[in-house]
Amino acid sequence: MWDYTDQVKDHFLKPRNVGELKGANAIGETGSLNCGDALRLYLKVNKNERIMDASFMTFGCASAVASSSALTEIIKGMTLDEAAKITNDDISDYLGGLPKEKMHCSVMGQSALKKAIANFRGVQILSKPGQIVCECFDVTDLEIIDAVKANGLETTEDVTNYLKAGGGCGQCLDRIEEVLESVKAKG
Amino acid sequence: MKIVYTDNNATTKVADEVIEEMLPYFGELYGNPSSMHTFGDQVGKKVKEARQRVADFINADPDEIVFTSCGTESDNAAINAALIAFPEKKHIITSNVEHPAINNLYQHLKKTKGYEVTFVPVDKKGLLDLDLLYKSMSDNTAIVSLMWANNETGVLFPIEEIAKKTREKGILFHTDAVQAAGKIPIDVKKAGVDMLSLSGHKIHAPKGIGVLYVKKGFKFSPLLIGGHQEKGRRGGTENTVSIIGLGKACELAKENLPIMNTEVRGLRDYLQTGLLEKIPGSSVNGDLEQRLPNTLYIGFDAVEGESILLLLDREGICASSGSACTSGSLDPSHVLMAMKVPFKSAHGSIRFSLSHYNTKEEMDIIITTLVPVIQKLRDMSPFWKDGKMV
Ligand SMILES: Cc1ncc(COP(=O)(O)O)c(C=O)c1O
Repeated sequence: MWDYTDQVKDHFLKPRNVGELKGANAIGETGSLNCGDALRLYLKVNKNERIMDASFMTFGCASAVASSSALTEIIKGMTLDEAAKITNDDISDYLGGLPKEKMHCSVMGQSALKKAIANFRGVQILSKPGQIVCECFDVTDLEIIDAVKANGLETTEDVTNYLKAGGGCGQCLDRIEEVLESVKAKG
Repeated sequence: MKIVYTDNNATTKVADEVIEEMLPYFGELYGNPSSMHTFGDQVGKKVKEARQRVADFINADPDEIVFTSCGTESDNAAINAALIAFPEKKHIITSNVEHPAINNLYQHLKKTKGYEVTFVPVDKKGLLDLDLLYKSMSDNTAIVSLMWANNETGVLFPIEEIAKKTREKGILFHTDAVQAAGKIPIDVKKAGVDMLSLSGHKIHAPKGIGVLYVKKGFKFSPLLIGGHQEKGRRGGTENTVSIIGLGKACELAKENLPIMNTEVRGLRDYLQTGLLEKIPGSSVNGDLEQRLPNTLYIGFDAVEGESILLLLDREGICASSGSACTSGSLDPSHVLMAMKVPFKSAHGSIRFSLSHYNTKEEMDIIITTLVPVIQKLRDMSPFWKDGKMV
């Protein structure tokens, strides 16, 4: 059984801000049914770009639900600029930490938030920049480079824990290794 | 809190009768069964009795029973012996839904020893593609290893039929009967297999004891090389206590076999009908007929297995799931993937596996608990709206 903190358990059993948000004017979606987890984040943003309310709908494991719930609590009352600085670590810290195999749940929160902010600002995130490395979970080399730098990831296993990349068929593990090496080489 | 234990394909309760049988051998009767003195030999006699009981359970001769440390060791020992017996043959066959004990061993042999491996696929119901299986058998095939019953779905492979073919072609045939034992009748002579694995902890004996049946006449090379124990087929002083427990468990399993097929099957069917009726968007994984009588593997659309298990756990209900999140891997179980179960229900698949200790009352507890649990998770799910998938 996973070693979940009391905060994770609490947010899983009594998730805050669940369901569609009436009057939401920004939505960010990430993940898919195939991946095994997905999050739809709703924001109600006022004209000063302050998040007046937030809610979520999540399909996924306990830590995915808890990460989503925590995210909505964290960002309520923030301006979009403030919210844009929220990282997956903030979400994980709020919950007293996540098992390392579950870090991708907090990454999912950060990603949905980014998309919701872009959605509000009318910025279209079209196709993702960079080249797809992991076909199973649709992860690009640039995303891997970002995650490696931001979280000090060392091994392909770390990358899988954070981004899921390489956790499906495993065919891209060598390619992930190359990306890792390239980041290390550049220091 | 009362525990409702419906995870018997993971492990089972050690029967009270088994514990009673073992207790003296934990204590005063600690002798070595190989010793010359009477003190050790009384343990030796008891081990002999256990060997007879195990043999009776599967209609083997006592000499054909090799005690091992677990089902995994039995599987490894069987394949190892086959490859040593036929060093020139470089092809091995199995299915794509095996337990890791076989699957990972085969992957290992492929990677490190260059064996050509055929993983025969199953269809949507988990049934084996027999045509492909027969076609892949060749003069170069050292061994065919197929599970008798699948640990996740409970789906049965037609072992007797397959054994006819392997005999025709003169290929060794091993079956992992770890899940079949105690749930359906096993008769090695009728089945016609060359080797067969059992594991104690699936049939109400302790963990850490297994059996490999090795048909008379096969020149078996041991995996664990050491002393003369098990007639040179497995070195190491015997786990006497567990062997004695396993003997008793086999005797009980033989007695209880009819109950499995009547009462336990009845409970499973009752649970299955109840859940399918009360929870829309649910479906059973695996063939409904060619299936163990104790296993129900049921998928719920648009929800995720770990979440279901944790909410059931709060009510004392023990089950397992084929969801990615419970195993630490990211894809749903390889069995569900091999069966091409759609992702919408694969991630939310829960396995209930019963024993004769379960009651109808417990099935009712599961049904009344699960209905609101699934509802709660669907209320949260972006893929479920107004009573259906979106
Ligand atoms: C089909 C099958 N084979 C082998 C094993 C391994 O048995 P053991 O746990 O005794 O090594 C199991 C049990 O997990 C199983 O279900």
